[in-house]
Amino acid sequence: MKQPQTSRRSFLALAALTPFAVAATSACGTSGPGASSGGGGASMWYLSGEPNQTTMQKAVDAFNSANSADKITVTYFQNDAYKTKIKTAIGANQAPTIIYGWGGGGLKTYAEANQVEDLTGWFDQNPDLKKKFFPSVFGAATVNGKIYALPNQYVAPIVLFYNKELFQKAGVQPPKTWDDIMSLVKTFNGMGVAPFSLGGQSRWTSMMWLEYLLDRIGGPEVFKAIFEGKPNAWLDPAVIETGTKIQELVSAEGFIKGFSSITADSQADQALLFSGKAAMMLHGSWTYGAMKKAGQNFVQDGKLGFVPFPTVAGGKGDPKNGVGNPAAYMSISAKASDKEKESAKKFFKDGILTDTVIDAYINSGSVPIVNGIEDKLNTSPDKEFLNYVYDMAKNAPSFQQSWDQALSPTAAEALLNNIDQLFLKSITPQQFAENMNGTLGK
Amino acid sequence: MSNAVSTAPRAAAGVNDSKQTEKRGAALAWLTVPALFFFVVFAVIPLAGVLILSFTSWDGIGAIGVAGMSNWFSVLVDPGLYNALGLTFLIMIVSWLVQTPISLLLGVFTAGSQRYRAALAVLYFLPLLLSSAAVAIAFKALLDPNFGLATGLGLPFLAQDWLGVPQLAVGLVIFVIAWQFVPFHTLIYQGGVRQIPKSLYEAAQIDGAGTVKQFFHITLPQLKYTIITSSTLMVVGSLTYFDLIFILTGGGPGNSTRILALDMYLRGFRANLMGPASVIAVILVIIGLALALFLQRLGGKDKQGSQLEGL
Repeated sequence: MKQPQTSRRSFLALAALTPFAVAATSACGTSGPGASSGGGGASMWYLSGEPNQTTMQKAVDAFNSANSADKITVTYFQNDAYKTKIKTAIGANQAPTIIYGWGGGGLKTYAEANQVEDLTGWFDQNPDLKKKFFPSVFGAATVNGKIYALPNQYVAPIVLFYNKELFQKAGVQPPKTWDDIMSLVKTFNGMGVAPFSLGGQSRWTSMMWLEYLLDRIGGPEVFKAIFEGKPNAWLDPAVIETGTKIQELVSAEGFIKGFSSITADSQADQALLFSGKAAMMLHGSWTYGAMKKAGQNFVQDGKLGFVPFPTVAGGKGDPKNGVGNPAAYMSISAKASDKEKESAKKFFKDGILTDTVIDAYINSGSVPIVNGIEDKLNTSPDKEFLNYVYDMAKNAPSFQQSWDQALSPTAAEALLNNIDQLFLKSITPQQFAENMNGTLGK
Repeated sequence: MSNAVSTAPRAAAGVNDSKQTEKRGAALAWLTVPALFFFVVFAVIPLAGVLILSFTSWDGIGAIGVAGMSNWFSVLVDPGLYNALGLTFLIMIVSWLVQTPISLLLGVFTAGSQRYRAALAVLYFLPLLLSSAAVAIAFKALLDPNFGLATGLGLPFLAQDWLGVPQLAVGLVIFVIAWQFVPFHTLIYQGGVRQIPKSLYEAAQIDGAGTVKQFFHITLPQLKYTIITSSTLMVVGSLTYFDLIFILTGGGPGNSTRILALDMYLRGFRANLMGPASVIAVILVIIGLALALFLQRLGGKDKQGSQLEGL
């Protein structure tokens, strides 16, 4: 047998292979789904989940068949996965042309890193488009006086839902004040029904309680100061009173047993309400459509009630004030090519919130953010709810964007973490305020 | 490459000529080039990158700024780090204590040749086939206090808030990890037991040793290296429990299941704090290396020798 040794040939073969390996690995770094190479069309990432996914797909298909030169390709992601993925993609310069988002603090981060296109001038050139939307929806799209996103989709305030059947059985009225809530808690616990459903593991669900309570106790100015990063804004006595009230409600077993292990993504919290295991639920108006679909005629039979969040004795907040998501937002990646940016702008103008899309939103029980839809709302089978949401969005003296979207991602994560501990009573309201105060300006 | 293949049998045959050995050593050294290349590209460079990132401030999106030691100081004084460290070690130790005896006994049991053992082994190994995500989602659904197994079967004592009470959640995480990984370690032990020469047991039987005595005096000592291998995998692997806990509890309730790997993810990708997250990553690497080295030491100096030699 020939003596084994390194031949020059085998070494050269290895050396020749190495560049291929390098090429293969470096290729992984540049050919993500959002890479701006190829056919010239714009790419868009959007959230999966019905009914919005179908609505969007139909809108894109319609736009693509009418504009063969400006085709849009959509990829769908699950909500929570998307939130992480989009941040990573933008950081790696792999963002899609059209960046879906929630405005507020997240958008501010992108805008300040020059990752999204300034659309102020484009809106000035298209005044009709700008006038199409509720004026209030531009707030969360604006950073330092410039508009960085197109508002779209629908307004989604947080609503206090209740199960009319259970209220009838108990012979009680929906709550108007915080004291009503505390007495209803006793009533329903006595009946063996959980007073409030809550998907506490998702944490932003618990946050909705704080948003409303702080507004009712201290008025919208308290969070405004926090949002603006004013010194010691979180140490406002209203914040501490809010925390105290929440912990009182937790102690009184106001929330369903096991609330801290229920997630909103699984929609188990909604199921608790329509299956009669819980009497009330504070949740986004988007759950109306989902409950209509999953609740086996619970909504259709008129068993779902909805009221504004109650007032707190001595509180400053107007009960007409709302909190929630003013709209959804879409930005254009600053890293996209000029051609892609043009396609995206054309899609913004002609493809999104067309009459078909507006009708689809209304049919699914949502209020699109466009003016002049009163007639359409009134002919819908869901007109009672739609009008309620519409009037609230239109007439609210203050409509606070959800805190986790309004704040920077860093502060928002700290907030959600501290809220979780507040609801578990593992920190006091004072500690909550102090922990959060440390995140001001971050 | 054909040269390389023909080296192997010769090496095993143990040619003693030193000149030849040297030459062969040089020949074999080239074979490490591809592995080394991938090790550098996928391990060394990212590691260096993380180390550098730990001294910078970066939100993952904008420009990277120099932060000096500030990330390290802020993380090292953060009680969250010690909570995560404590939990990581707690889960590691309790998992080892729970999994090792179970998988050892199951491994010894399934190493037997009766047909019913083979059938049972198939059942035991089933969880091996499932991904952590699937396991987590399934357990989450089963344990739901309102719609889960307890309600379905009408067993109210099972309707605890399993994932919503800190102590219960930690215990449950350990249980689910054991459920998922015991089959894997059982398989390792089964292999180890089958390697033990039959002659040892025959000799013991002649000397009148019972099953229990045989287990403690033959099986257990002979499995020493298997135990070390399995423990290394368990202990080092426990540093990377992420997917399961992420889906099952998300680190909650509160911070009660926020282990180090999860803490790193949440800081980096949820809170946009890449610098502090990199600090945690470096700490994880250090702990992992230290543990792996420690466990190797336990094996003693003769660890490289064959267990079958010198019987």
